[in-house]
Order: sequence, then structure tokens, then C-alpha cells
Amino acid sequence: MKFLLDDEQAEFGRTLDRMLTAADTPAAVRAWGDGDTGRGRALWARIAEAGVFALAVPEAQDGMGLLPVELAVSFVELGRHAVPGPLVESVAAGVLLGGLAERGDTAAADAWLPRIASGQAMVSLALAEGGPYALDADAADVTFVVTGADAPGTAELRTTAGHGPVQPSLDPARRLARPLPGTGATLAISPAVEAAATAAADWAAFATAAQTLGVGLALVERTVAYAKQRTQFSTTIGAFQAVKHRLADALIGLEFARPLVHGAAVALSGKSADAGAEIAAAKVAAGEAAYAAARTALQLHGAIGYTAEYDLSLWIRKARALRSAWGTPSACRARVLAGPVAPSPGVSPATGPAQVP
Amino acid sequence: MDLDFTTEDDAFRAEARDWLAAHVPARPLPSLETSEGFAAHRAWERTLSTGRWSAVSWPVEQGGRGASILHWLIFEEEYYAAGAPGRVSQNGINLLAPTLFEHGSPEQRARILPAMASGEVIWAQAWSEPESGSDLASLRSTAVRVAGGWLLNGQKAWSSRAAFADRAFGLFRSDPGADRPHRGLTYLMFPLDAKGVTVRPVGRLDGKPAFAELFLDDVFVPDEDVIGEPGRGWQVAMSTAGNERGLTLRSPGRFTAAAEKLTALWRDEADPADTALRDRVADAVIRSRAYRLFTYANASRIAAGASIGAESSLNKVFWSELDISLHETALDLLGPRGELSDEAGEAPADGSWADGYTFSLAGPIYAGTNEIQRDIIAERLLGLPKGRRS
Ligand SMILES: Cc1cc2nc3c(=O)[nH]c(=O)nc-3n(C[C@H](O)[C@H](O)[C@H](O)COP(=O)(O)OP(=O)(O)OC[C@H]3O[C@@H](n4cnc5c(N)ncnc54)[C@H](O)[C@@H]3O)c2cc1C
Repeated sequence: MKFLLDDEQAEFGRTLDRMLTAADTPAAVRAWGDGDTGRGRALWARIAEAGVFALAVPEAQDGMGLLPVELAVSFVELGRHAVPGPLVESVAAGVLLGGLAERGDTAAADAWLPRIASGQAMVSLALAEGGPYALDADAADVTFVVTGADAPGTAELRTTAGHGPVQPSLDPARRLARPLPGTGATLAISPAVEAAATAAADWAAFATAAQTLGVGLALVERTVAYAKQRTQFSTTIGAFQAVKHRLADALIGLEFARPLVHGAAVALSGKSADAGAEIAAAKVAAGEAAYAAARTALQLHGAIGYTAEYDLSLWIRKARALRSAWGTPSACRARVLAGPVAPSPGVSPATGPAQVP
Repeated sequence: MDLDFTTEDDAFRAEARDWLAAHVPARPLPSLETSEGFAAHRAWERTLSTGRWSAVSWPVEQGGRGASILHWLIFEEEYYAAGAPGRVSQNGINLLAPTLFEHGSPEQRARILPAMASGEVIWAQAWSEPESGSDLASLRSTAVRVAGGWLLNGQKAWSSRAAFADRAFGLFRSDPGADRPHRGLTYLMFPLDAKGVTVRPVGRLDGKPAFAELFLDDVFVPDEDVIGEPGRGWQVAMSTAGNERGLTLRSPGRFTAAAEKLTALWRDEADPADTALRDRVADAVIRSRAYRLFTYANASRIAAGASIGAESSLNKVFWSELDISLHETALDLLGPRGELSDEAGEAPADGSWADGYTFSLAGPIYAGTNEIQRDIIAERLLGLPKGRRS
């Protein structure tokens, strides 16, 4: 048992961090929100070059196979830098198509996965588990939808080129639209579609949890820096205990969400049957922790935190939006209770006269 | 990164599980905070030590198994899953023993540890004083040098289980002239039945005489019972405090076991339409799992050669709040029966939710209050400036 990132994994995170810092990501985020996707696409290419999208694409289609731990590390960084775009959706689409290929249907995988892995294709995805909207369908090269899973074996994977009107999100850098039915081509109709779509939704929830953790970490980092520098009553506000304790609580929430995100990654690597509950636990914990961090960040920044000009807003608004993306807190909590309390490594249910104190 | 156990780990788990299944008392022991329960728990410590399970992480010479931190975690998981009794010797095993391993002499370890492992000598922690709780360094009890040892005077407060325990360890001011309150303190051990010691049991919130005030009046302590260097007791104490907050006091096993029971209770008792309560059960499960994985991550760090410092304050706040919410949720699930004490004839059969609840309320107070832990987190982990606390 070694529940710890190895040196290479940690270095991968640091490399992404350096790259995204140097790339002036906040400017790309703002442009993206204004509908100008050029800078965002340039950033996308660099993220792909670093290998992020290949982490959920099988080797047969030019990927690196499924590497959930590395994916968690990279999505924490993508969240820390508030990178815009259908990142989660592209990864989940990779899992979906890879899942079809694994079940023998390689046509769509061969057509799309090499392009996803290399960053040439920016893909959005709508699945029942993720709600009616596709993220950034207006910017993506294609949107995949799975429909008709009402009766077993009837699920259909399609591409759609068109979408309905863009619905602004409360995170300006997230643009939501309903995919238009009946456009594009049918890629697959088979029982395999349903299973692959379920797996894709799990991976989407998992990547969102990691991204959310990163958003929360950025909020605390920025707020600590601000609290050390902002002076009121002739002292830095970071010396006030009420300020310190809120930040300490924000950190506690995030530091205990992190092992759940890593635990979900381990469950996915082992293809554990309990992975769904593990992912749901990570999603709840990361979502609550990042949201609490956002509330704390806003409060401790005072009015400057409430301005759109100040970059903090990029993370504050994302923290709320990600809470309900790919699994609401309520749905995730229900899913946790459907799984075992202490999944493998296992503790059998308590027997005998359990005494707690 | 993995959570896989080796066959050796599995074998260790199986051995612990089998032994516990054969030895854990079929009926819960009476509360260890009563004199009858204390005796029963002492006997349980003896049973544990005959199986060499009382201090699994200690070296074999001292009655342990030389178990790794991972095996210790596995043992604790099995221990709580088996519903085994609370540990009456925990102050000694979790606080004093690690301090002796770090600062004690070989003679002290040889003399003290075997009797601790067998439950023959049960230890109490005598740190707090009526005027010195969070600000421990302001303590006033004194140790004055005399031929061959020290004379202790003063008053200690809130000493858990001191009403029934055999010996205590604590901090005393040995140099009243030292320039700072943290200097000139000495860490000493003394018998609770020594001449000059008066023990006054104090009822806790649950009414049980579970802690005590200690009055010390010219109590003689020989030199061999000083731990570390005289005058440098603060440094010794800080290593105890790290253990108290960090890994060794609250293993994840007890919270995962409690979360299991809570989930079972929810399945049996809950109104499925009450999603608010369902969400609280789910949160307790999620948090107990987070705590467990956090601990595995720390164990992995330690195995890789790192040491855990101020991070133990994250643990302390987290487990103490988790413990309360686990128990509050259980009492709410029980509805009108949630107010029954464990002694009530109609109390829920599946565990000691009422006693557990009352005890959990103390978690944010002892082992350094959560306010103090948040200061440590803010200052040492986040690098925020020190406040007015000196
Ligand atoms: C069940 C239980 C068992 C115990 N067992 C033992 C034992 O075995 N041995 C032992 O020595 N002691 C024991 N204690 C005592 C415990 O260590 C103290 O209660 C604790 O250190 C707090 O001290 P205090 O009670 O004097 O509270 P105070 O220090 O008086 O604090 C009162 C309140 O003020 C807050 N406060 C104090 N200073 C600050 C600050 N700088 N910033 C913000 N808030 C602050 C505290 O957080 C607390 O909320 C036990 C206590 C309990 C409840």
C-alpha cells in the first residue's frame, strides 16, 4: 500500500502548473466568456501537448490508456488555473468511445480518439446523468449525445453539430446549450453504448471532482496571499483570529477532499465495483469544500472580491457551477449510501457489542 | 498510488480478526469511567497483552509486535469493527509511551512499558491546571530540587481517569526565574497514591467520576522519574501533544465502525422520504472515509521517511467534529428513543450512541481546543501572521 503520488506524478502536476501560470490563463478565461475562443483553443493545444487528453484514451487509439491518478493530478491543476472549455467532457467522451472499442465497436473510436488525444478535436458531451445541457457546444468541434436508453439495448450514440441558444451559466466561462436532436450522424446503437455511457458519466464526475478541488485550492491560496497583504486597523487582516479560523476551516475541507479524489482514482484504476460510490463521495466532498472556500474567499476579500474585474471572481463563480455539474450533491449522497461504508481495503460490518468512546 | 494490501498485510488482518473474534467480551463491559468498569477494562488490557495485542507497534522486547504504522491501522480497524472495549490504558500507550520512546532513558522504558502494556499500571495525564488550559505554559505547579529528586506542589485539573488510575505524568515549573514561560519546566512522573497526593474525582457532563483534580503537597519524586532534561519539559511535552492530536489518539477504525453502524441504523429506522437526514448519514460516511484515506496517505508519507508536524492539527479538528456529527445523526435517527441513556431498558441495542454522543462533545475541547488547532493551521500551514497569542 502506497497511497501517495509518486515523484513523476507530482512533477507532472508541477509542470502543468508552470505552463498554465506562464500562459496567462485568466486572460483566456475572460476571452472565452466573451465568446472569443482563440486564446482558449491555443491553451487547449498546449494542454493536449502536455498529454492530458491522452490520459483517458486507449493506447490503440494513440492514447496512454486510462490513467486516473494522472488525470486527477492534471484536473486539479486545470481547476487551480480556472482553465475554460469542455475539458471534462472531452475526457469523458474518450472514455465512452474507448469503452465501445473495448466491447468490439472500434469504428467511432478510431475516427475520433486520436483527434481527442492530440487536442485537435474539442468535444462536448451530453448524457442523461449530466443533465440536458452540453458545455461549450458552441465552441466544440462536435457534441456527442447518447439518447434512447429507455429500453435495454436501444441506446444510441450520435454526433450533433447544432445546438439551441446558449444559456449563460452563473460562471461566465461556462456556456450551456441543448444539443439539437437529429443533426449529425449515428455512431453506434448497441447494448455496449449504455455501459460505455455509464462509465463516461462516472469519469466525468471524477474529473469534475478533481477540477473542483483545484478551484478550492486556488481560492484559499489567493485569499491567504490577500490576507497577508491587506491592512485594516493598522494590522494585516490575516492576523485576526476570525479571519484565520475561516481559512483554517477552508483548508481542512480541501485537505480531506483530496484523499477522496485520490481514492476514487485508485478505485477507477482497479476497475473496482465500488468506484461509483467512491467517485460520488469525492464529488460531494470536493464540491462542498470548494464552495465553502469560495464563500470564505469572497468574505475575506471584502468588496474587491465582489467585483468582476478582480480575477478572484473566475474561481468564485466556477465553484458554484461545478457543484451541480455531473452529479448533484443530493444524487451523489444517495449513491454513497448505496455503496459499502468502508470499501476495499475492507472492514467487515461491525459485529458484537461495539462501543464507541 | 495504490491501496492494495500484501498477503502479509492480509495475514496480519486475519490473525487480528480471529483473535478478536475469540476474545472480545460477548457483552459490553460496564463504562470504564466507573470503578467497576475500570477494573473490567484493566482485565481486558491484560487479556490483550497476553495475546500481544495491547501495543502492537511497540518493539517486541517491550511486549509489542514491532508492527508498522500500516499494521497498527489495520489492527485498529479490526478492533473497532469487532466492537472491542474502549482502551483504559490509552493515555499511557498513546501519549506517555511515544514520549518515552523519544525522550526516555532505556532504564525508564524497561521499567515502565511492560507494566503499561499489561494494564498493571494505568496512567493519567496531569497537564491542565485550573488557571492553565489552552495556555499550558502558564502553569504554576512547581518542582523544587531536593536531594535525589524533586518535591512537587500545586494543583492539576481535568485529569482523565485519574480517579482510578495508578500513576500520572505532567509538567511542573522547576525554574520560576526563567525568562519565558516555556522555559524552566520539567516533565515528571508520580504515583497517584504517593504521600501528599489528594485525588478528588469530578463528575463529567455524563455524571461519571471520570476525571479528577489532583492536589500535590510536597510529593517526592526521585530523579529516575524525570523524562528528558530538567528544565526542558516543554520540548518533551510538545512531542506528546503531537501524538495526542495526530495519528495515535484517533485511528480511523473507530469512525468507520461508527459510520457502518449509523448506516445500518439508517437502513433500519429511517423514513426514506427524509432526505435531509439521509444526506447527514451520507456525509458521515463520506467524512469517515475521507479520514481513513487521509490517514493512509499520512502513513504512506511516514513510511517514505516524512514526518507529520502541524498537519496533525488538521486531524484533530476533523475527527472531533466528525465524531460529534456521527453521534448527533444517530440520535436524530432514533427519534424519541434518541434521548434514552445507554442504561435505559429500551436503549437501542446496537451500540452506545448516548454515551458516545456525550463523550464526543468533549472532542473539540481536549487534546488542545479546536480554536487553538485552527490557530496552528493558520499560522504554521497557511503562513498567516501570529495574532496576539504569545
Ligand atoms: C473530557 C476531557 C478530558 C480531559 N482530560 C484531560 C487530561 O487527561 N489531562 C489534562 O491535563 N487535561 C485534560 N483535559 C483538559 C483539557 O486539556 C483542557 O480543557 C483544554 O486544554 C482547554 O483548557 P480549558 O478547559 O482551561 O479552557 P480555556 O483554555 O480556558 O479555554 C476556554 C475557551 O476559550 C478558548 N480560547 C482560549 N485561548 C484561546 C485563544 N488563544 N484563541 C481562541 N480561543 C481561545 C478555548 O478554545 C475555549 O473555547 C480534559 C478535558 C476534557 C473536556
